[in-house]
Amino acid sequence: MFLINCPFCGERDQSEFSSGGEAHIVRPKQPTELSDDEWAEYLFMRKNIKGIQFERWNHVHGCRKWFNVVRDTSNDKILSVYKMGEKPPVNYK
Amino acid sequence: MKNKYSVFSLIKNALSQHENWQQAWGNPEPKKEYDAIIVGGGGHGLATAYYLAKKHNLKNIAVLEKDWIGGGNTGRNTTIIRSNYLWDASAGLYDHALKLWENLSQELNYNVMFSQRGVMNLAHNLQDVRDLKRRTHANRLNGIDAVWLNTEEVKKFCPIINTSPDIRYPVLGGTLQRRAGTARHDAVAWGYARGASDMGVDIIQNCEVKGIKRNGDKVEGLETTKGFIKTNKIGVVAAGHSSVIANMAGLKLPLESKPLQALVSEPVKPIIDTVVMSNAVHAYVSQSDKGELVIGAGTDSYVSYTQRGSHNIVEETLKAILELYPIFSRMKMLRQWGGIVDICPDASPIISKTNIKGLYFNCGWGTGGFKATPGSGDLFAHTIANDEPHKLNAAFNLNRFISGDLVDEHGAAAVAH
Repeated sequence: MFLINCPFCGERDQSEFSSGGEAHIVRPKQPTELSDDEWAEYLFMRKNIKGIQFERWNHVHGCRKWFNVVRDTSNDKILSVYKMGEKPPVNYK
Repeated sequence: MKNKYSVFSLIKNALSQHENWQQAWGNPEPKKEYDAIIVGGGGHGLATAYYLAKKHNLKNIAVLEKDWIGGGNTGRNTTIIRSNYLWDASAGLYDHALKLWENLSQELNYNVMFSQRGVMNLAHNLQDVRDLKRRTHANRLNGIDAVWLNTEEVKKFCPIINTSPDIRYPVLGGTLQRRAGTARHDAVAWGYARGASDMGVDIIQNCEVKGIKRNGDKVEGLETTKGFIKTNKIGVVAAGHSSVIANMAGLKLPLESKPLQALVSEPVKPIIDTVVMSNAVHAYVSQSDKGELVIGAGTDSYVSYTQRGSHNIVEETLKAILELYPIFSRMKMLRQWGGIVDICPDASPIISKTNIKGLYFNCGWGTGGFKATPGSGDLFAHTIANDEPHKLNAAFNLNRFISGDLVDEHGAAAVAH
């Protein structure tokens, strides 16, 4: 349980948000060309990182907008919040 | 057994004030090389080592545990054991485990306190009724005991349930598996550790894996906090940390690790002599032999490795508990904790080879792995020893995420799993 600083509404309780999982998984540009392996990679395989993770959140009980968060999954500390379409901060790898 | 526990050993040791009991398992330093290494000293890992030694005659093996054995999810779950799963593959897997549970205390010469007190699953809406009835039929076709109970029969089986039609989620009936029940979670880890240690398995605690050494497409050993250990067979049974170990070998798994919570109340006199689960409102409850109510809550929606979990999840669960059991309204909760569960997209486990030779994974048990402990260990040992899955775990391979042949137990078992 933690607070998330929604880029549109400000700091709110995590229970107002829904987690969208790992960020920056690019939707296949030509789905018909994809092999079964590539589909599995896109649909199911996840980094599931213990440490600094880039992820998506939706302020589902607020502005209902999607945005990105950098969070340390080993202690739930949020390091950065940035909007959809923005480049991820480079100081976290 | 070198030190068989019996009424005679109990009397003998009572005469010496219980000061001469021998250690139940050894505490060795790692050797330079093993025939196989199991990563993770929880119930599943220790059971794997036990069956490898017992059924496959592999004696030069080690179990590496980063903390103490049974200190992860094995010691953090709500100890529910059942096998009433919908799909044939799951039914085969979980009923294999349930059959092993029925004889486990004798097999291990260690009391795992397996109690077949029954598990009842409640239905709260018409879709629940249809789904659960369908599941009882599927179970019976697979030779698994299951009965449908109407509301009156539910009330008769567990009189403290509020079956009033006026509550927000009224009880419309339920299913009952009488062979299901609970066991003492710590004893399972300890019993398997003792049995494995007795056959020469090295159980090495406080030894964390830091890297996997690969030579092309096969494994050569493990970097650990106690130095490099050579082996050409590695079985990873690391639950919530499976992805962390997989990343060391350059593998990605279809897993997300999330905190799952449970809580216990102050101890009271016997009040509920079965296990009641309710998927729709997500509340499940049983009573331990100490008298505590053991209550399972849900997972958080986000990936996290903190063994805590959010307060709002506990609040939701307790709301449901209070509506179903008004008698518990003044109970005080004593302890709350979280464990990190590794969840597969289809809510079924992975007991599988990988495309790296000698690297095997037993993971993805998600929110319901405890019940499978003996079966999981037995089948994983078979997979490691023969480099081929047993027919009971063939469906639970990693390749299913590529072929699309998923074992989708999300819809079948819903959340409480």
